Amino acid sequence: MHRGLSANVLDSGQDGLPILARVEDCQTCFVCELYCQADAIYVAPDCDRHVAVTAEEVVASGRLGQYRKHSGWDEWSDRYPNEQWLMETVFRRAGEAAAQVRAEPPGIIGRK
Amino acid sequence: MYRILDQTWRTLPTLARHYKFGADDEGRVNYRAVRGPEYMRALRQQVLSHGVTILDHSPVLELLARSDGSIGGARGQRRQDGGRAYRIEAGAVVLAAGGTSFLSHLLGSWTNTGNGYLMAPEAGAEMSGVEFTAAYTIAPAHSTMTRSMAYAFATYYDADGHELDLPFGPDQTIGLARALQRGPVYCSLHLLPDDIKARLHTISPNVPLVFDRWGIDPYRDRFEVTLHNDGTIRGIGGVRVHDVDGTTSVPGLFVAGDNASREKVAGAISGGGNVNSAWALSSGVFAGRTAACLSRGVKRSKSRLRPLGRVGREPRSGAQTVDLAALRDGVRAEMHPFDKNLFRTRQGLAASIRVLEGLWAELADHADTGTIASRETAALLATARWSVATAATRNESRGLHRREDFPSQDSGFATRLLSGGLDKVWVAADGPSANAETGQLEAAS
Ligand SMILES: Cc1cc2nc3c(=O)[nH]c(=O)nc-3n(C[C@H](O)[C@H](O)[C@H](O)COP(=O)(O)OP(=O)(O)OC[C@H]3O[C@@H](n4cnc5c(N)ncnc54)[C@H](O)[C@@H]3O)c2cc1C
Ligand code: SF4
Repeated sequence: MHRGLSANVLDSGQDGLPILARVEDCQTCFVCELYCQADAIYVAPDCDRHVAVTAEEVVASGRLGQYRKHSGWDEWSDRYPNEQWLMETVFRRAGEAAAQVRAEPPGIIGRK
Repeated sequence: MYRILDQTWRTLPTLARHYKFGADDEGRVNYRAVRGPEYMRALRQQVLSHGVTILDHSPVLELLARSDGSIGGARGQRRQDGGRAYRIEAGAVVLAAGGTSFLSHLLGSWTNTGNGYLMAPEAGAEMSGVEFTAAYTIAPAHSTMTRSMAYAFATYYDADGHELDLPFGPDQTIGLARALQRGPVYCSLHLLPDDIKARLHTISPNVPLVFDRWGIDPYRDRFEVTLHNDGTIRGIGGVRVHDVDGTTSVPGLFVAGDNASREKVAGAISGGGNVNSAWALSSGVFAGRTAACLSRGVKRSKSRLRPLGRVGREPRSGAQTVDLAALRDGVRAEMHPFDKNLFRTRQGLAASIRVLEGLWAELADHADTGTIASRETAALLATARWSVATAATRNESRGLHRREDFPSQDSGFATRLLSGGLDKVWVAADGPSANAETGQLEAAS
């Protein structure tokens, strides 16, 4: 059934279309958006306060399907490569930058 | 540690049929980094391709024991099939039900209520290292997005707009927590190098979602941040293992991943960033292999299997309606605040012990439904009680465990602390250490 899902938010409605049965159980993990090839799901990022959005607002925002696209799933696989491997480089560069700041306290920078 | 890393390196490439490993800018395939949703999808496909049956949305509620106490199966409910009960008989059981963040808003951890931490001790296994739960991860306030990479280049400000001195490094979380105790903290990511900004959505596609949907430009605007507790997920602690193959003190019961204590490979520090997932993968491979070998030799038990679940099913006194949501909120209120779980003190821990004992009594005395919710609540409460009792026993600071009243490390505590007990919590030292007295330590409750 809704295999991407971890919490038990959606049920199968008539014709097999998913219905939002227990939205209060949503843990804001965004995974359902990845698995929905119809790009028909929008997860608001707010986890500790209730937000109301209308279908019109969501469609107008252009955000539907954004996560699936940037993740390079399905038809996007050639255009959006998974670059997770860059993560270790980012941490390394941050470590190097921090070490450099420590080695050169602000007052000394620029002195020969 | 060597065995864990070695097994991880052997196993990851076998996923290549289902996971598209990235090639770096020089064209070298990188097996070190896997992204969550794609990795989960690949593991699932791998398992299905071996002909394994997966029961989705079917939480196990309790283990089943043979007459000799060894574990011979499990029983649970099919959540998307009207709660229909199911029962599985098996030669051995591997518990891999994850850790717990005590229901913080840590990304993806809402179903991690520590169910395996309840079921293994009900069968007679011990817990180990559950005091090391004081790991926290940054996220934009009101979001679950605990992905820390971009924050390696973050600049922080207090409510008056003054920049805070919080350099990137191991002590950053502590400094951030102290700042958050004083008031709201704001963040800007303007120092993130431009080449990374341009690729953030293909490195971590979920990170920009939050900003985009709120109309925040994280490279120009200052946005409010918070810290979410990682519990045992990026912390340590779990069911005590006798070997990296997940052998527990109970015959027929194995544990793997976050369900198992990771102290053997991570020590007292967070295994976040790499050790955790290497441990999840390798301990699963080892536990599965050992459990399968054992199963081959097990004869089908003729006697009936005995269900081991008790708490939340069999009230000690009269059954009454129990407000489970209030009990869960009670756990969060003891396990998340910085002044209770991060900056620990004897008095604070003693107060938490009293509160948690009260909540436990309410559940154990009166809950009789045996539902998923009551078992999850029991698991959260049990884990919190063991964690706090062990933290109160470890009168020193070490790794993730920080005692304000004992700020330095004490070689007398260079030992793992075991814990357990449902009705009455106990804490004990595991084996000999440099100059500690072994055996039963003063139990904290
Ligand atoms: C935001 C985040 C980022 C992380 N980043 C990293 C990283 O970069 N590097 C790293 O090494 N580690 C990282 N970790 C840690 C890593 O994700 C975990 O160590 C790892 O997922 C543990 O795997 P597991 O299979 O043991 O548990 P889980 O992945 O938690 O799986 C446990 C499963 O058991 C299920 N379950 C629970 N109860 C029951 C029950 N009663 N019956 C049946 N099923 C049940 C749960 O629903 C869940 O699907 C991160 C964790 C988080 C939260
Ligand atoms: S975000 Fe989607 S997949 Fe995640 S819990 Fe909510 S409904 Fe389920």
